Amino acid sequence: MGEEVKLFRTWSSPFALRIVWALRIKGIEYETIFEDISNKSPSLLQYNPVHRKVPVLLHNGRPIAESLVILEYIDETWKQAPLLPVDPHERAMARFWAKFGDDKILGSIWSVFIKQGKEQEEAMVPAMENLKFLEGELKGKKFFGGETIGFVDLALGWLANLIGLLEEIVGLKVVDGEKLPLLSAWMQDFGDAPIIKDNWPARDGMILKFQALRDATIAAASK
Amino acid sequence: MAEEIILLDLWASMLGMRVRVALAEKGLKYEYREQDLRDKSPLLLEMNPVHKKIPVLIHNGKPICESLIIVQYIDEVWYNKSPLLPSDPYKRAQARFWADYTDKLYELGRQLWLTKGEEQETAKKGFMECLKLLEGELGDKPYFGGENFGFLDVALVTFSCWFFAYESFGNFSVEAECPKLVAWSKRCMEKDSVSSSLEDPLKIHGFVIMMRKELGVE
Repeated sequence: MGEEVKLFRTWSSPFALRIVWALRIKGIEYETIFEDISNKSPSLLQYNPVHRKVPVLLHNGRPIAESLVILEYIDETWKQAPLLPVDPHERAMARFWAKFGDDKILGSIWSVFIKQGKEQEEAMVPAMENLKFLEGELKGKKFFGGETIGFVDLALGWLANLIGLLEEIVGLKVVDGEKLPLLSAWMQDFGDAPIIKDNWPARDGMILKFQALRDATIAAASK
Repeated sequence: MAEEIILLDLWASMLGMRVRVALAEKGLKYEYREQDLRDKSPLLLEMNPVHKKIPVLIHNGKPICESLIIVQYIDEVWYNKSPLLPSDPYKRAQARFWADYTDKLYELGRQLWLTKGEEQETAKKGFMECLKLLEGELGDKPYFGGENFGFLDVALVTFSCWFFAYESFGNFSVEAECPKLVAWSKRCMEKDSVSSSLEDPLKIHGFVIMMRKELGVE
């Protein structure tokens, strides 16, 4: 059967990158449609009317939205190179850590990034607490998925690229190799893995974008 | 091997009720342990060190946290009775998408009884928008799962015993805005697994009164 796979994404969305990686790992051919968030295409609005966000996967004309939902769909539809483990308890743990990344890590890192001075120092406390949980989860493992990259690695993968960029912009070390050695090593190993390395968004563009976001947020907060 | 299932929960939690419904659907016997969240038990802290929240399912000594993750776990382990997720990957994706969406009701609902004035109005608006979208998703089906009660039904139905409390403090009527949803919730309540797991709306109302007093909302 002819498979038609399309991915709606933006050049910088870390959530969309998860899908790029998953499709590459499984060796699935697909077409990319780049969206401009300030001018969303009618197709995007049609395929994701609830959230109007990327990524959206279109498989044989049927849309799936929400990156973690899309990852599970991809894993269930194309069985090669499985992303989730087989054991139900391990699967539950994988889902737990992916959700933890989105619910807690993202927000706490962002808080550190958009603040300054004392407020930033205070924001580091919950951020470090959260990162320490990830450190603990890596004990005895190269990747969160074990020997190979899995569901949780893809879910948390944005850390491997964005942390370094944000650290450079704010001039603050968040993932310290001494305090978080396993997480540091994972960021390196994941970031350098062949499929992952080729797909990072353009560095200069990312620095510009996030610098502008930080400046705008700080300006708005001081009004 | 004898299965040991323990549920750490709070009687009024609609998230905990999701797990109770799932366990009942599968006909599973388990030990229910009521938790005091103001004085968290060593077991809760050991089994959910990351969030220190309920519900937590402990199956043969191993913990599973986060209500929808627990429900999926139950569905995967006891797959040969009353399957909650459909077998088709696309339908599963739709069920997961909408189940995640129902989680929005938790925070919006909280704002409904925790706040007043403009903040409350915003929460009310958001809450009703969510319910209307969900009602649209239900359409004319008997259940969100189609002919059979499924994952999304479990995710949403537990909120229905909180409707009376939301309506009282938010000053609105769910039935007036979403009659099909209310009809669906009554249909679900005809199932033993649901009626035995959901709490009395009046008791929930009393719980919210108590919480408001405790949190100094007047």
